[in-house]
Amino acid sequence: MKSVHKVFISIAMVLAACVSTAILAMQSNDVGQVKLPSIKPGQYVHQAPTLADIQNDKDLHPELRKVILKGRDLFMNTQQLRGKNVFNDMNCKSCHMGEGRMAWSGPVWPAATTLPDYRGKNGHVNSLEERIAGCFSYSMNGTPPEYGSDTMLALVAYHQYMAKGAKLYDRNIGGRGFSSLGTAMPADVSYNQGAVVYALNCAVCHGPNGEGKRVHGEVVFPPLWGDGSYNWGAGMARVFTAASFIKNNMPLGQPGRLTDKEAWDVAYFINAQERPQDPRYTGDAKETREKYLNFHKATLYGTEINGKLLGQHDNTGEKPFLKPDVLKPRTFAEGVVPEM
Amino acid sequence: MKINVWVLVLVCTAFIQAPLYAKGDPAKGKILAAQGDGSGAPCATCHGAQGEGMAAAAFPRIAGLNADYALQQMLAFQQGKRVNPVMTINVDNFNQQQLADLAAYFATLPVTPATTPTAPPEQLALGKKLALEGDWDNYLPPCSSCHGPNNQGVDGNFPGIAGQHASYIKQQLELWQQGQRKSDPVQLMEVIAKRLKPEQIDAVAAYLASQPAQADQ
Repeated sequence: MKSVHKVFISIAMVLAACVSTAILAMQSNDVGQVKLPSIKPGQYVHQAPTLADIQNDKDLHPELRKVILKGRDLFMNTQQLRGKNVFNDMNCKSCHMGEGRMAWSGPVWPAATTLPDYRGKNGHVNSLEERIAGCFSYSMNGTPPEYGSDTMLALVAYHQYMAKGAKLYDRNIGGRGFSSLGTAMPADVSYNQGAVVYALNCAVCHGPNGEGKRVHGEVVFPPLWGDGSYNWGAGMARVFTAASFIKNNMPLGQPGRLTDKEAWDVAYFINAQERPQDPRYTGDAKETREKYLNFHKATLYGTEINGKLLGQHDNTGEKPFLKPDVLKPRTFAEGVVPEM
Repeated sequence: MKINVWVLVLVCTAFIQAPLYAKGDPAKGKILAAQGDGSGAPCATCHGAQGEGMAAAAFPRIAGLNADYALQQMLAFQQGKRVNPVMTINVDNFNQQQLADLAAYFATLPVTPATTPTAPPEQLALGKKLALEGDWDNYLPPCSSCHGPNNQGVDGNFPGIAGQHASYIKQQLELWQQGQRKSDPVQLMEVIAKRLKPEQIDAVAAYLASQPAQADQ
């Protein structure tokens, strides 16, 4: 069965090679229209400030402006932390597109207005720093900047400024995160059809093998699987997260181009490929899946696809360790002294 | 839309008339460039002796152009995916190997600088913002998100646009808006072009023309 997987990758390559001719037959006529979900009645929306707002806000102390701009710079070019905190080809903006300001693109301001809050992923109350640390540990396949460090302060400052004027603790937010297609994967989701969607719509940028593209070492299109991509513990490894991201953001500039079914299929195909190990790995992918099933019930990790048990390997990519020290539980239960 | 994978592969294969990355011979390309295709003019007539183009007439610089990109564009002129009667007449008699040779030849020519822009500073500033930051509130990602660092190009699908003549960039964006250019994969450029306002086109064209086409310039 392993060869079946290879066959589809080869097909994807063949298709990618002829994509420029084949797409002529499938040209979209309402091209240029941005088709995004509508905001539901009662949902809170907030217009995040722009770069010009940061530059021109007279209320900001010049030192604070510098810190916020540094945070923005780190957000847009997180690769400057490569080898220190980041061990793959991702930047914050790879998933939080449009400077982390856009609805349906994982806008970052809700993190500043709703945290500290309980997170199901790690089962305790998380601060904004801890939330950012999660991205570094999983999506960046790395280890977070120290809590309280200059780098962390700058990132937090950017997040918080993006929330300027927004309502605190309102959790019914329109366009938050990536879940517009719901969390239930359709029963008829198809790896093979996902491979076709990939070849026709994604491979031109992300490469026939999901490897992304670089110019003079600089990442232009991020890898979608393999060592350069997010690890098995990243939110984007959940099929529903990737499906909603793709539906509302991809191909670049064309939200809503793909049908819901196409988005689910291609998200399934992408997340059925191998990637660096989940930092919470116990040595057994099936066991790790069961242990963190509240997360992994939405991923294909620890399941068999095309005869291969996904995630059963010791590959941590470029990262020379498995688990950052910072990932640890926290409790305020009575009789338990919280960790300092 | 349910597609049988194998049917699609067969259909695609039938579409492919030549490998997209046919190896071209620059020496043969040089001769072909001087001769023309028999029914048209030599390349230098419009694109200049050094492939520098002609800003006044919106003839693009083709010196130093990515060979895969140049080949795909000449095929697009032959196939009508780019509507340009002059270019079509000039390349319609070349076979694909000859087009690959021409593309390889022009890729070897050193890049010539675009004309120094006379655009006002505020127009260049708007162009720079669009090129490097985009205008996300109007769903315009920066040019560099596809055209690479400093818009100097990625590969045959994402050409360098820095250092190209402003007149040509403007003309092409308008052709995309009018549906006269359909050579971009997944309509990636068409959607962006159709969202651009005239003043944004002028600004981004002026800024890109003012930038170096290659990293070492």
